[in-house]
Amino acid sequence: MNVHATPQMTAAEQALIDTYGQLFSDLPGDTAVVVRRDEAVEALKSGLPTRRVEAWHYTDLRRLLSTVPAFDPLARAKEQPALLSGATVLPVLSGTVTSMPQIEGVAIRRIFDRLSDGSLAAQLFDGDAADAIGAINTAFVGDGYALDIAEGAEIAKPIELQNLHEGGQTHVRFATHAGRNSRATIVERQTGTGEALVSAISHITVEDGAELTWIILQEQPDDATFLGQTNIEIGADAKFTLFFMNAGGKLVRQEVTVNVAGEGSEFILRGVNLLAGGTHCDVTMVLDHAAANTVSTEVIRNVVTDQAKGVFQGQIRVAREAQKTDAKMACNTLLLTDEGEFSAKPELEIFADDVACGHGATVTEIDQGHLFYLMARGIDEKTARGLLVRAFLAEVIEDLENEAMVEALEEKLTAWFATHG
Amino acid sequence: MLEIKNLHARVAETGTEIIRGLDLTVKAGEVAAIMGPNGSGKSTLSYVLAGRPDYEVTDGDILYDGQSILEMDPAERAAAGVFLAFQYPMEIPGVATMEFLKVAINSQRRARGDAELKIPDLLKKVKEAAGTLEMDMAMLKRPLNVGFSGGEKKRAEILQMMLLEPKLCVLDETDSGLDIDALKIVADGVNALRSPERAMVVITHYQRLLDYIVPDTVHVLSRGRVVKSGDKGLALELEKNGYAGVVGEAA
Ligand SMILES: Nc1ncnc2c1ncn2[C@@H]1O[C@H](COP(=O)(O)OP(=O)(O)O)[C@@H](O)[C@H]1O
Ligand SMILES: [Mg+2]
Repeated sequence: MNVHATPQMTAAEQALIDTYGQLFSDLPGDTAVVVRRDEAVEALKSGLPTRRVEAWHYTDLRRLLSTVPAFDPLARAKEQPALLSGATVLPVLSGTVTSMPQIEGVAIRRIFDRLSDGSLAAQLFDGDAADAIGAINTAFVGDGYALDIAEGAEIAKPIELQNLHEGGQTHVRFATHAGRNSRATIVERQTGTGEALVSAISHITVEDGAELTWIILQEQPDDATFLGQTNIEIGADAKFTLFFMNAGGKLVRQEVTVNVAGEGSEFILRGVNLLAGGTHCDVTMVLDHAAANTVSTEVIRNVVTDQAKGVFQGQIRVAREAQKTDAKMACNTLLLTDEGEFSAKPELEIFADDVACGHGATVTEIDQGHLFYLMARGIDEKTARGLLVRAFLAEVIEDLENEAMVEALEEKLTAWFATHG
Repeated sequence: MLEIKNLHARVAETGTEIIRGLDLTVKAGEVAAIMGPNGSGKSTLSYVLAGRPDYEVTDGDILYDGQSILEMDPAERAAAGVFLAFQYPMEIPGVATMEFLKVAINSQRRARGDAELKIPDLLKKVKEAAGTLEMDMAMLKRPLNVGFSGGEKKRAEILQMMLLEPKLCVLDETDSGLDIDALKIVADGVNALRSPERAMVVITHYQRLLDYIVPDTVHVLSRGRVVKSGDKGLALELEKNGYAGVVGEAA
C-alpha cells in the first residue's frame, strides 16, 4: 500500500487512506472481498468527488467532508427502544452486530460472515468513479445484517435495523432479499451521539409478487456525516415502498437507486427532509423503469430553517421497452428562513413512446394569512407555525397507511419542531 | 369594554391609510352594529382589532378593559377574550378541524391558567355546539374549512366562537353567504351568547342581519371613520335611503 500523502490530498482523504492502512488486516473478507477493498481505496486515492462530477454537482464531497474522525474501538452504543412497539430489533452497535434474534420466515446472517465467506463481494464497490459512498463503505465495512425473507412468508411484526454509534466511524450494510410473494415491513434507524462518519448501504431485491415497505429514519447528531445508499431491484407484480425521514446530521447524502425490472410492479417513494442549523442534506435518486406497465410515484417534502441547505436530484429513466410507464415525481419545499436553501433537479429521460411521466417542484413559505387565522384563535406563534409545518408534511406521512407508524413519525416531527421551529 | 380612540391604521406594505381617525366605544353587554359601504374599512377595522400584522397603527389607541392591546400579538388578544369571526374564513389544508379546535381551546385555557380540556369533554362540547348550529359532525373531520361551502364556513366561525367563549366578539359580515334559514340559526347562536359581561361588534353591509341580532347602537363607517352613530332606527333609515345621505352629510 502506498500510504504517503500526495500533496493535493485533503485531510479527510488522507485520514481515510491512513485508516485503511492501519485497519485492513483486521477487516473481515476472503480474497474477492480484499480485492474489492483495495480497488475502493485506490479510487479514494484519486480523490473524493467534487462538483465537477455531475452526480455530486450540488454536494462537493471533497470540500464538505473536511475531517474524518478516527475509529473508536472502545465505543459501544446502546440499543434503542424500537420505533414501533412489538418490532423485532436487529442492532448494529458501534459497527458490530451484538445479537441475532430469530424471526420465523427470515434467515438472518451477519454481514461479517458474508464478507468472510466472500458471498457479499458482488455487492461491493465495482469501480464506478462517482460511487464515493460505495468506495468508502467497501473499504471499511465490517458488519450488518443480511436478511432472506422466505418465499410466501408474511412477516407480521416490523423488523427494525438499528445502526447506532457513539462517535468515530461505522460502516455497515443491510442486504435484503424478499422472496416471491413475501410481505414485510423494515425500519432502518440511523442515529448516534458524537462526531462521526457513518456509511450504510443496503442492497434490496424484491422478487415477483412480493410487497416490501422500508422506512429509513435518519437522526444523526449535528456533527455527524451520514452517507447512505439504498439499491433496489423490483421484480414483476411486486411493490416496494420506500419512506425516509432525514432529521439530523451535518452532512447527509442519501442515494437511492431503483431498478423497476419486472412488469406490472410499483415503486413508491415518500421522503421528508427536516433541515436545520448548518445541515447540508442531499437526496439523489436514479430510477429506471425497465419493464412495461410499471408505476412509480415520488413525493419529497422539505422543511428548511436556519442556514440549512437541501438538495434533491431525481432522475427517472424509462427504457424503450417500458411502455405504459406511469411515473410522477414532486418535490415541495417549505422555507422558514431567508438563509435556508433548497435545490431541486428533476430529470426525465424517456425512450418509450407510450408513457405518462411528470414532475414538479415548488418552494413556498408559511402562509401569513393562515398563520394569522390560527393565532387569532389563541394559538401562539410557535405552535401555529408547527401546525402549518405538520400540515405541509401530513399528506406524505399519511401515505404510509400504517397508523402506528404515522403516529410515531409525527412524534418525531413534533420533537424536531420543538427544538428547531 | 372597548374604546377606540382616534385610530389611524395603514397597510404595512404600501403605507396606504385606511382607518383615518376612528372613534368608537362599546360597553360590556352592548351589541354595536357597524355599517358602511363597501370599501369603507369595516374589515380592516376588524383585522386591526384582532392584530393582523398586515396593518400598522400609526396613531390613536385601542383600549380593551381599559388596557391598550396594540402591543399584543393576535394570540395574546384571543387569549384575553377578543374573537373575530372572519368575513372570509381561510381554508387550511392539512390541519384537521378537530385537532385545530382542541389546540385553540387548550391554548386559551393554558394562557388563562385553566386546566386543559380532555378529549371526551371537548368532543361533548363540540357536539353540543354543532347541534345548536345544525352542523354535521362529519364536516369537522375534514381539514379546516377545506371544501366547506360559504355558509358552512360562516357556521364554523360561530361554532368556534361558541366554544372559545370570548368577551369581545367581532363578527365581520357573518350574514353574507347565508340563506334565510341558516341566518336564523346563526343569529340564534349569536343571541345565545349575549350577556352582560360580553360585548359584540356586528359588522354588516345590510340591515337584514339586524332583524335577527338586534343591536343597541348603530355606527356608520365611511372612509375609515365613524361618521354617524345612533340606535337601531339608524339602520332602518340607511336601509330606506341608502348610505349616500349619511355619508354625504359627513363629507
Ligand atoms: N391589505 C390591503 N392592501 C391594500 N389595500 C387594502 C388592504 N386591506 C384593505 N385595503 C383597502 O382598504 C379599503 C377598505 O377595505 P375593507 O376594510 O376590506 O372594506 P370593507 O370591509 O368595509 O368593505 C379598500 O379600498 C381596500 O381595497
Ligand atoms: Mg369587508
